[in-house]
Amino acid sequence: MTLKDTFNIAFDGLKTNKSRSALTILGIVIGITAIMLIVSIGHGAEKLILEQLGGMGADLIVVRPGKEPKGPSDIADTLFADSLKNSDVVALGKKSNVPDIVEIVPAVIVSGNVSRGGETFRPAMFGWSAEFMSEVFDIYPEEGVPFSESDIRGKASVAVIGSKVKKELFGSSSALGENIRIKNRNFRVVGVFPQRGQVSFLNVDEIVVIPYTTAQSYLLGIDYYHEVMVRVGSPDVVARAVRDIELTLRETHNITDPNKDDFFVVTQKGLVEQVGAILSVLTLFLSSVVAISLVVGGIGVMNIMLVSVTERTKEIGLRKALGATERDILTQFLIESMLLTGIGGAVGILLGTLFSFATSFVLTNIFGLSWVFTFPLFAALLGIGVSVAVGLLFGIYPARQASLKSPMEALRYE
Amino acid sequence: MHLIEVDNVKKEYPDGTRALRGVSFSVRKGEFVAVTGNSGSGKSTLLHILGFLDRQTAGTYRFEGKTIDDYSREEIAHVRNKRMGFVFQSFNLLARTSVLENVKLPLLYSSVEESLRDELARRAIEAVGLSHRVRHESAQLSGGEKQRVAIARALVNKPNLIFADEPTGNLDSASGQKVMEILQTLNEAGHTIMLITHETYTAEHAERIIRILDGKIESDTMVSRRNHARRSFIK
Repeated sequence: MTLKDTFNIAFDGLKTNKSRSALTILGIVIGITAIMLIVSIGHGAEKLILEQLGGMGADLIVVRPGKEPKGPSDIADTLFADSLKNSDVVALGKKSNVPDIVEIVPAVIVSGNVSRGGETFRPAMFGWSAEFMSEVFDIYPEEGVPFSESDIRGKASVAVIGSKVKKELFGSSSALGENIRIKNRNFRVVGVFPQRGQVSFLNVDEIVVIPYTTAQSYLLGIDYYHEVMVRVGSPDVVARAVRDIELTLRETHNITDPNKDDFFVVTQKGLVEQVGAILSVLTLFLSSVVAISLVVGGIGVMNIMLVSVTERTKEIGLRKALGATERDILTQFLIESMLLTGIGGAVGILLGTLFSFATSFVLTNIFGLSWVFTFPLFAALLGIGVSVAVGLLFGIYPARQASLKSPMEALRYE
Repeated sequence: MHLIEVDNVKKEYPDGTRALRGVSFSVRKGEFVAVTGNSGSGKSTLLHILGFLDRQTAGTYRFEGKTIDDYSREEIAHVRNKRMGFVFQSFNLLARTSVLENVKLPLLYSSVEESLRDELARRAIEAVGLSHRVRHESAQLSGGEKQRVAIARALVNKPNLIFADEPTGNLDSASGQKVMEILQTLNEAGHTIMLITHETYTAEHAERIIRILDGKIESDTMVSRRNHARRSFIK
């Protein structure tokens, strides 16, 4: 008997009970659809996050105070750390310490509202260098200029604001040269960023940037930094620069044991790797949960195949009496079961692709994310493979039961 | 050489029922033998053993000189496919399947090439006078027609021996008559036929009758005045 004959017989068997076959594969369809959706969304999210991380620049190194957060208990150490001082910035800025350095800029985070007249807005506020920010994110004020190095040195009360901050406080009138109030202090607006939305982890539209020196002295009353950003000559020297930064800071902080570092270094590559690892684990975890649904679906298939074998006892007896071998019957029922789950898998892939596409459409057009739809080919191939394997695994027992039936007993069965 | 040699064959079921208590006979190629007896006499058990569908518990049964133990399970399936044809009382046609596909069924399990299967099946269907019903589904046929399809299916692999188990049992007399006519024609064409029936009239269409009573052969006689079915529709 040829494989084609076996396929035809198996297909006829499934056609006989169309609605039952359809219901049986529903579990497989749902499982494969879910896997496709999870993998596709996982890929999309990974792409989106990596793209935003990419905005940070591959030649940028961020030094943060405190211990590198490895768990929830470390977060407090990082948030309240005060270990990065101006002396560190000076030491890192020396070519003899970090030869690859091109630029170094510290930053502080300021929480609070900005107001003008009766209007108040809560922005993302940074004591930073507006020039540095413009260069790193390639966003230059559409009106005015970023404040200068001399503004930073002179602790000037100047600010560059995002488009939404401008709109909230000034409406359609011009903001340039006007004052805004931050923590009871007037700041003159010298620049307004264009509308750009989310860039890397920042929403540029809701940002207020003031000189870090001003923020330290007049708003926060601190002598340390929340972040120090270092730009190096090219992405290729990042690893070497990170090592130099670590050695320099350990020296200035008198640290001999690297495990006792009171600072940590973040690079785009490191973040990309971390995020990639987290997303992979998450996708794997979710897929494992879905895999349970496939097992449940498989048991459903086995159940229906057992019912089918019992129902068709007489047919099995007849086929054996007419010359079918045990192998013929076994193959027939195995193929029937694999065909059942294989069709389920194919439908699942189709639905999964459709839903993933719909999801990406909604995320792009309604939520405004730069989401890219990806057809998860690997998940699709895996889906077909897994569904057919489920059919094989859960079809073996019923098919064997069928093949072992005595033709005489089977023919007598009523 | 005898096609069938049965020597002191006994069959006892696990529940203790002794269906055959020592049966011996032989059948030559080309014979038309009817095995008859009352319900429970053991004639169906004998048919199952002869058709390699079951095994005896004692004695020897040889088909074409070989016992069932001389064959592997695969070979037994092959013997059932190529050397034997089965016609059952309840027809056992596949539902929702055409006459042609039903008759082709044994060819699927043989080595006959796909391109020849249709032709062979059509010839067998023609031999039982159902050429006009080739494309009909089995459910659309009358009982008599169903049994003729079953005979075509038994014939299609040109077996040496056809077993017919109560082939007229579910048929009206006219349809039964046609079935017997076909079996007689096949026998005249050289096929060996083993007919199992409880009806004396049907048995008398054979040339030899083996009567079984309580698992033993009561008589084994040649039919002196054989019934002949009408020869009207078979060409």
